[in-house]
Amino acid sequence: MGTPPPTPPPDESQPAGSGRRRFLGYLLAAPTLVAAAELGDWGPAAGTAQAAIPTPPQPPELYDLNDMLTDAALPTANLISVRLHSDGTASLDLPRAEVGQGITTSSAMLVAEELDLPLDKVRITLADARPELLFNQLTGASNTTISTYTPIRVAAALAKGRLLEAAAAEFGEAVSRLTGRAGVITSEGGRRATYGSLAKKAASVATKQVSVELKERSDFTVIGTPRSRIDAVDIVTGRKKFATDLRVEGALPTMVCRPPTINGTVESVRNRAEVEAMPGITDVAVVGTGVAVRGRTFGQCIDAVRALRVTWGPGSAEGKSDASVLSELRKAEIPPAVPKLGPLTKTVEGDFTFHFASNSALEPNSAVADVRSDRAEIWSGLKSPIVAQQTIAKKLGLPQDAVTVHVTEGGGSFGRKLFFDAAIEAAEISQKMGKPVKLMWHRTDDFRQGRTHPMCTSRVRATYAAGNVLSYEQRHTSISTDFTHGLGEIITRMASKLPAGNLGFAETIFTLTQQSPYRFGATTQLLSEVDQGFNTGSMRNIYSPNVRVAQELVVDRLAAGMKKDPYRFRREFLKDERALAVLEKVAEAGDWGRTMPSRTAQGIAVHPEYHGVVAALVEMDCRPETTDREVRDGVTGPRVTKVVCAVDVGLAVNPRGLEAQMMGGIMDGIALALTSSLHLKDGYFLEGSWDNYFYTRQWNTPPELKIIVMPPTTGKPGGAGELGVPAAMAAVACAYARATGTMPTTFPINHDDELAFEPEPVQPPIPQSPTDGLEHAH
Amino acid sequence: MPTHTFTLNGEQVTVEAEDDVRLLWVLRDILGVTGPKYGCGLEVCRACTSHINGKAFNPCAVRVQDVDPGDEITTIEGLADTSDQELHPMQRAWLERDVAQCGYCQPGQIMTAVAVVRKAREEGREVGEADLDAIRNICRCGTYHRIREAIVEGARNM
Repeated sequence: MGTPPPTPPPDESQPAGSGRRRFLGYLLAAPTLVAAAELGDWGPAAGTAQAAIPTPPQPPELYDLNDMLTDAALPTANLISVRLHSDGTASLDLPRAEVGQGITTSSAMLVAEELDLPLDKVRITLADARPELLFNQLTGASNTTISTYTPIRVAAALAKGRLLEAAAAEFGEAVSRLTGRAGVITSEGGRRATYGSLAKKAASVATKQVSVELKERSDFTVIGTPRSRIDAVDIVTGRKKFATDLRVEGALPTMVCRPPTINGTVESVRNRAEVEAMPGITDVAVVGTGVAVRGRTFGQCIDAVRALRVTWGPGSAEGKSDASVLSELRKAEIPPAVPKLGPLTKTVEGDFTFHFASNSALEPNSAVADVRSDRAEIWSGLKSPIVAQQTIAKKLGLPQDAVTVHVTEGGGSFGRKLFFDAAIEAAEISQKMGKPVKLMWHRTDDFRQGRTHPMCTSRVRATYAAGNVLSYEQRHTSISTDFTHGLGEIITRMASKLPAGNLGFAETIFTLTQQSPYRFGATTQLLSEVDQGFNTGSMRNIYSPNVRVAQELVVDRLAAGMKKDPYRFRREFLKDERALAVLEKVAEAGDWGRTMPSRTAQGIAVHPEYHGVVAALVEMDCRPETTDREVRDGVTGPRVTKVVCAVDVGLAVNPRGLEAQMMGGIMDGIALALTSSLHLKDGYFLEGSWDNYFYTRQWNTPPELKIIVMPPTTGKPGGAGELGVPAAMAAVACAYARATGTMPTTFPINHDDELAFEPEPVQPPIPQSPTDGLEHAH
Repeated sequence: MPTHTFTLNGEQVTVEAEDDVRLLWVLRDILGVTGPKYGCGLEVCRACTSHINGKAFNPCAVRVQDVDPGDEITTIEGLADTSDQELHPMQRAWLERDVAQCGYCQPGQIMTAVAVVRKAREEGREVGEADLDAIRNICRCGTYHRIREAIVEGARNM
């Protein structure tokens, strides 16, 4: 593919006779038609700030993390291309990671829309690491659709235009007499040609820049309509392939025997020869993270891991516990600035603790690696494949272009796949063993040694008088969140690894993401971070779920103090019309204020982020007959019986996919509020299975769930993947407070209860699989 | 090395493996049948749920030596063939409701769903809220609500 000279993408000129904006893209020299456009957000970066005196706009209202990511992309010359094939299909190699959030489907919809091709004729693949994309191959901060919405459509529209030109030449008729629909071009004169038959004829012999108009929103027939996932049939038939499903020649199952405490180190292996001789085992190698074993089956790897006798050195959180970490956080808290004022001014305060939580996906950390003396090939679900490629190359001592990094479809991410822990570990193991490996983390390791959402506290002080909130201060203090994936590129990765660099990065992210949607006078939200001894990362958002829960609980307190209904109070103080609209929608659809039995209640919350806004209304049942339900090896407790959610992302490309994202966010919010956390004791996390780490299960789900996708507002898509969690978690917390009469201050609310499970031992580090499965067949 | 014979998705297979290797690894690592997923290896997450003689079970918790030559194992790959259509009614319901997100747990969810409906029928009733609440399969994407809707819909066509 030739690389055309970089040009500022949006051509704002408006030719005579057209009121529509034209966009520039490229036709690329290729055997069949290939049309391309530069990747990046083409709209104005900053939204329009509201004049909200006396509450000055906070940074995210003007310019948020998403804008930073898209602006970081603007100066780079990088292309996203739509390719037409002779079989009538079109394809797009998407430089993003699909991990369940539905971007392959929504991207296919963008192509189908502008190309006027049926959705099932569009194929989306995930691009290998493309270092020339610099910042622009990071899948994070719900940024994919925001940053690809225009370029994908431009490329597809260019392809359509070129097909029309090719057909016009073939038919000997003017382009104006042709229409392209459903993959076929027809002329007023009755001629007909399929896109497939034109794919070669429409190919460009030279790479050249051309301009194109995009469809008006009123002409959309695909965008904004509910569509099912393009990989749904592959999924329900078991054909969809994840990293460990790949068959790479010689890549045998591989696992790692990991230390008994977080990031412990190998001092010596006492029975290496014995383990090497175990059935099926081919190799044993000491690596930076533990002792790797490779064998014919993962079952035999489990046996070998359990058989290894390793002397371990200390880890990075030695001896630490929940209580000692909380004490570290307390010492780092920044005090509020506004003093408690005189008798006419009242103060509301809140002090909240959020425990460690796991961002483990159902697909554990896994990767295939084939490292040779002069090259390496890696397969893994990766949201920052360029940094992965660069870091792996450095670790292996290979030039960057000798390392090929394939992005596989991911079995969930929730922040986990922003990092490439399995990919770099697999590469190291493959190099040490001199053989290809298929590495998979055991579930127990995925919880105990995998990344976590760090423990944090949030303290809030708000003052009010005479019907006004005068000040709102929030002090968020967290165990350091690892952002060393940077912006997906090695330069920023290096910057965030500088001394104090991570703190600067974290503060930047905090400032760019956190905002108060309310008119609360002087508003400050500050972050302080301590302790880099834990394996941390984003978890379906970074700070928002916790910051939002703290704020919404205090909002309910302010409302109570001012003798106002929580919903009416929010209506009165919300700054933004879109926030007001979703709030009113859930209040109406959820019958806010209806009479409910004692120990049951509603809660309501609203959350703006990434050019979108969402509201949730939750009904909670805390009656003993509900909280005392018995489920074997499960946690019941209070049950969310109903959730009504209204979401406005500006423009929902695929409302069905957006609903799915909200549904998942709601289940995460319920888990984080009520049941799921990691318990730290003696330098390790006690949780080792899904019957220890209590993510929402069927018995915790709301029997009633209603998700309302608001009609388009801004006309441009906002972020969706993370949006649902904070509002849901906060509404659950508020409903719990109202049902029980006690404001929860520790999350999840059951964290300090007696442990609901018997922890697995730490040595051997992973439990053996049971053998009684046939007795449980049902 | 011992050999083991059983019926897998309608075909008789014979495989060489140590007796105590769990069936999940025989399926995935030796036979290349990757529909059943690993999510814990502890009979907890249920991502590997398949059927043995029509009943749901977790191959991560069964030694290959405990599978008899007469046993019929069905994984997600073979589910459609147990119906008279191109896809099993439960698979069609899954498509109709667009249940899946990442899809990793979904083969196990569907295999569980079919068994839950069959069990309710054997008890002379239709699948209800209590049956749905009792399903243990983890979906970390949180598609639980659509799973419930799809099971009820799929049951109608079973």
